Amino acid sequence: MTTETLTPDSARSAAAGPEVRRMDLLRFATAGSVDDGKSTLIGRLLYDTKSLFTDQLAAVEAVSAARGDEYTNLALLTDGLRAEREQGITIDVAYRYFATPRRKFIIADTPGHIQYTRNMVTGASTADLALILVDARKGLVEQSRRHAFLCSLLRVPHLVLCVNKMDLVDYSQEVFERIADEFTAFAAKLDVPDLTVVPISALKGDNIVTRSESMPWYEGPALLHHLERVHIASDRNLVDVRFPVQYVIRPQSTTVTDYRGYAGQVASGVLKPGDEVMVLPSGFTSRIASVETADGPVAEAFPPMSVTVRLEDEIDISRGDMICRPNNAPAVAQDIEAMVCWMDETRPLQVGGKYAIKHTTRTARAIVRGLHYRLDINSLHRDESAAELRLNEIGRVRLRTTIPLLADEYRRNRTTGGFVIIDETTNRTVAAGMIVETP
Amino acid sequence: MTATAAYQVTHLDALEAESIFVMREVVAEMERPVLLFSGGKDSIVMLRLAQKAFAPAHIPFPVMHVDTGHNFPEVLDYRDRRVAELSLHLVVASVPEALASGLVRESADGMRNRIQTPVLLDAVEKHRFDALFGGARRDEEKARAKERVFSFRDEFGQWDPKNQRPELWSLYNGRHHPGESIRVFPLSNWTELDVWHYIARERIELPSIYYAHEREVIERDGMLYAVNEFLPARAGEERFKAQVRYRTVGDASCTAAVRSDADTVEKVIEEVAATRITERGATRGDDRVSEAAMEDRKREGYF
Repeated sequence: MTTETLTPDSARSAAAGPEVRRMDLLRFATAGSVDDGKSTLIGRLLYDTKSLFTDQLAAVEAVSAARGDEYTNLALLTDGLRAEREQGITIDVAYRYFATPRRKFIIADTPGHIQYTRNMVTGASTADLALILVDARKGLVEQSRRHAFLCSLLRVPHLVLCVNKMDLVDYSQEVFERIADEFTAFAAKLDVPDLTVVPISALKGDNIVTRSESMPWYEGPALLHHLERVHIASDRNLVDVRFPVQYVIRPQSTTVTDYRGYAGQVASGVLKPGDEVMVLPSGFTSRIASVETADGPVAEAFPPMSVTVRLEDEIDISRGDMICRPNNAPAVAQDIEAMVCWMDETRPLQVGGKYAIKHTTRTARAIVRGLHYRLDINSLHRDESAAELRLNEIGRVRLRTTIPLLADEYRRNRTTGGFVIIDETTNRTVAAGMIVETP
Repeated sequence: MTATAAYQVTHLDALEAESIFVMREVVAEMERPVLLFSGGKDSIVMLRLAQKAFAPAHIPFPVMHVDTGHNFPEVLDYRDRRVAELSLHLVVASVPEALASGLVRESADGMRNRIQTPVLLDAVEKHRFDALFGGARRDEEKARAKERVFSFRDEFGQWDPKNQRPELWSLYNGRHHPGESIRVFPLSNWTELDVWHYIARERIELPSIYYAHEREVIERDGMLYAVNEFLPARAGEERFKAQVRYRTVGDASCTAAVRSDADTVEKVIEEVAATRITERGATRGDDRVSEAAMEDRKREGYF
């Protein structure tokens, strides 16, 4: 056991020193319910990295005491909305931040209730890593499998299963290994690229910041050590050049004349001056004259850099076009096969329904041509008789768009493979979509 | 861009790239954006990001200052210099003018934080702004921790936290009907420390009150307030000189200073890294009203 109570002794904060110049950024999503100790874990990570402030803690202690909670309810730290505090539930993704000298972390903390698939999908969409918690006493539950499935659907590259409350099972290696084996077997079916399993006690601090002395049989890293060192740079796709044009910069100025630059964020690949490129959907080719930022030209651009690309030839290019390579281009497709997670409670997805679709910097209209099946995310059973998708339901659809999308399969490219569906009458974002293929 | 290793970027570069992406999305998709500029450090960083996002062109939208009339002179001076230097178009939404015209009335406690909301909304309506860049960060306050980067406001400028649009990947939905608008927070994922690291890296000038200086103050509710025409000392309150700096810059009648010897950006970073109290908790009288003070103001249209 490392520490009994929340103590700042082990604290390390993002220092002011030169380390900051080398810190990178890791985004992770957490899944699990209050019962699994997720809020305690997040509270501890924040506290032990000095990211939790005394006035925040005092406010939480005061509210806990007023509600008659027997312990300081760290869930109150993230449950910021009045309705959440009143009902004792978490209704939305909360973003939390902490840093160590190595890394800045963004936590997308998603509620674990069954009805909140929408939130989990949202949090996982930008995550480099997902952290799933289970209670060591209960082992895997339906919800753990569901979370693992959603992480694999959203192609989160790294998964960490935290077997929590190890103190309540006498730090039993046998209990841990049984859960770890069961989860590993399940994850193998899901195509999870990288899985780490850590036995922890969020309450006692075991294997959170430092290795626990109570579990000498565990030879892996403490959780924070793993979060700090997990290699994420190679998760980025540096092979397929995809540069969705976001905005055309053309200064109306007397000092800068004849300037035309294509601004955007590199979705994947590496762009360098001199590279031969193709612009879609026109198919025109040119060469990159320069890759610029406000701080001057750069030798190359790669994800997630926001840059301005200039080409040697004057081509008609506008927002929604895509710069790629002549021998490596995305599909130019109007028929899209996709997995869709429906997120709207007011109206279900229906075959024949017409929607707006937002994909990279391009917006189109789309009609749902078919619903192949609805997926039961607990059993992975496919219900081919389904006629619609309701809130939090996932299914495979076929869409036909008014203009071509410049698209890749989501499994190959999360930026050029993901889209959202918008209801044109309510303007609500009603679904998230992941392209499976472009037949 | 400073690559840490092959094809890796630092956290500041990643944050900068994301913010620039957000600003370009707004300009590409919205009709009439405006940047809310208070002269505070977050809006100053936002302005730098806007410069970078559209260089070598000028910033393609105006800036708006919601002027409560309770200003720090150093901040007003800074605002005017920046506006001139960048050839910006400045819109001032004036609380004193709104008081004079009867749009709002002074609140009982004399604080103008709450009454600036109708003034802001009035200016939005008058100028038909449909996208407002705000410098709010999710680490500031827990009601903000759940706000979207693109935050939808109805025709009354209201935020409905239970009815927010899901925000996935970097696909932002700015669609709205006439009269409705979107608040956009490009610094959503920045922390106070990130902002200071960026200010240091970019060598961004700030109003001098962000750095330690000697000032005549009074202590009220455990916080140090500058004595000035908007905040006279009450009977029994002792005026004394202290070495202070401001962690946030807001209305001069409700923004407190903190004791500090940090007179350079490096020293401020050390101080922020070591501090154990949030910036709003330490310096904002307006957030101490209730557990849900921020949520309530945001619902009404505060930014």
